[in-house]
Amino acid sequence: MTEILVPIITMTALGFLFSLGLVFAYRKLKVYEDPRIEQVSAILPQANCGACGYAGCRAFAEAVVKGEAAPDGCPVGGEEVTAQVAAALGVKAPEVIKKIARLHCRGSHEAAKNRGPYIGISTCHAAHLIGGNKQCSFGCLHFGDCVRACPFDALYMAEEGLPVVREDKCTACGKCVDACPRNLFELHPFTQEIIVYCRSKDRGATSRKVCKNACIACGICSRACPDAIVIENNLAVITDYKKIDPEKIPDIEKCPTAAIGRLHKEKKEDEG
Amino acid sequence: MELVAIFISAILVNNFVLYYFLGICPFLGVSKKIDSAISMGLAVTFVMTITAVVSWAINNWILIPHGLDYLKIVSFILVIASLVQLVEMFIRKVSPPLYQALGIYLPLITTNCAIMGLALLVALREYGFAEAVVFGLGSGLGFTLAIILMAAIREQLDLADIPEPLKGAGISLIVASIMALAFMGFIGMIK
Repeated sequence: MTEILVPIITMTALGFLFSLGLVFAYRKLKVYEDPRIEQVSAILPQANCGACGYAGCRAFAEAVVKGEAAPDGCPVGGEEVTAQVAAALGVKAPEVIKKIARLHCRGSHEAAKNRGPYIGISTCHAAHLIGGNKQCSFGCLHFGDCVRACPFDALYMAEEGLPVVREDKCTACGKCVDACPRNLFELHPFTQEIIVYCRSKDRGATSRKVCKNACIACGICSRACPDAIVIENNLAVITDYKKIDPEKIPDIEKCPTAAIGRLHKEKKEDEG
Repeated sequence: MELVAIFISAILVNNFVLYYFLGICPFLGVSKKIDSAISMGLAVTFVMTITAVVSWAINNWILIPHGLDYLKIVSFILVIASLVQLVEMFIRKVSPPLYQALGIYLPLITTNCAIMGLALLVALREYGFAEAVVFGLGSGLGFTLAIILMAAIREQLDLADIPEPLKGAGISLIVASIMALAFMGFIGMIK
């Protein structure tokens, strides 16, 4: 009998002793953590992309719970995540308009002329250092730094030589905005219909020479919509897209180089 | 002299990682950065030293007098698991970033065979108390030495031109094996 009892008692006693020690240590060393951090963290996409401005999803969750960041701070999660985070914290969700990255260049292989053959490291950053392979010094270099930077597979390089944003996959994380050495990407509200497809600050005559689709600052668009579009540094700039009169859109689309135009037009053509 | 011999032998000659091939999991897992490698080494050293002491005490004061030698493994597991819990709580309290950096490898010290091996070796070699302490400390420092060396090499490897198929785990294992070969050179130190 003792042969069985002794080991049982010994092990029980040992286990009890150690657990007692642990309980005591736990009391001393307990770290209080707001349970909502875990909750919010679980809702977030866990892409750890840093688009919110924090080190990662967990850091953002901590900031939201502390009240340092707004619940709509996660551009990747969009509306859905914002609503859930707000619900988890018991605050009202601010209204969010989904943003999307847009390329401000239409200098495809065909439209924009080459300066000469480029033989070198095939990244945009490398090509940009020597001024690029295009005559236009503002346009897309099409080595696809943005495509490689995209963590969501939302960009691909089209045959014509320009990166295309897959609207369903783009989360507006802003990685492509940072990746482009020529700052051709910008995040726009999904609802914005009119976009200037050019960043060239060259004078009209010059830009017309180097690229078929460059803005030549003729002013047709700004005359159609003076409240919303201005010409700055030889480039049409949309100052407030909400002020664009829908009736004036056909006038804007008269742009001789198609450097400004309606967004969804391209998409519809694709579908048709 | 005997104690010094045990100490040196545990660090260099009979290094747990490079001679016994125990504890390879954290050795490869946490050796990407020197900072976390140092912390991991120190955590393991702490657990090893205390394990050597506590398991020696349990073995010599409880198990052997009652003829319960066969409970060695079970009770050592208990000791190790509790100690790791303690270390985990401590690190979480003192340094949350370190806690994040060590990640899953911290609770995995529980199942680190180097520590179990240490407890069993202490029992097998019938060390006295002082010897057990020195052996535990030495083994921990040996592990720390190995993991820091490894981390230092791997930080350099990031900059080296490594053939594509060997990148990552492949080159790490090759480096580990060359380190093990190099450490065999210490065998002549202890007779």
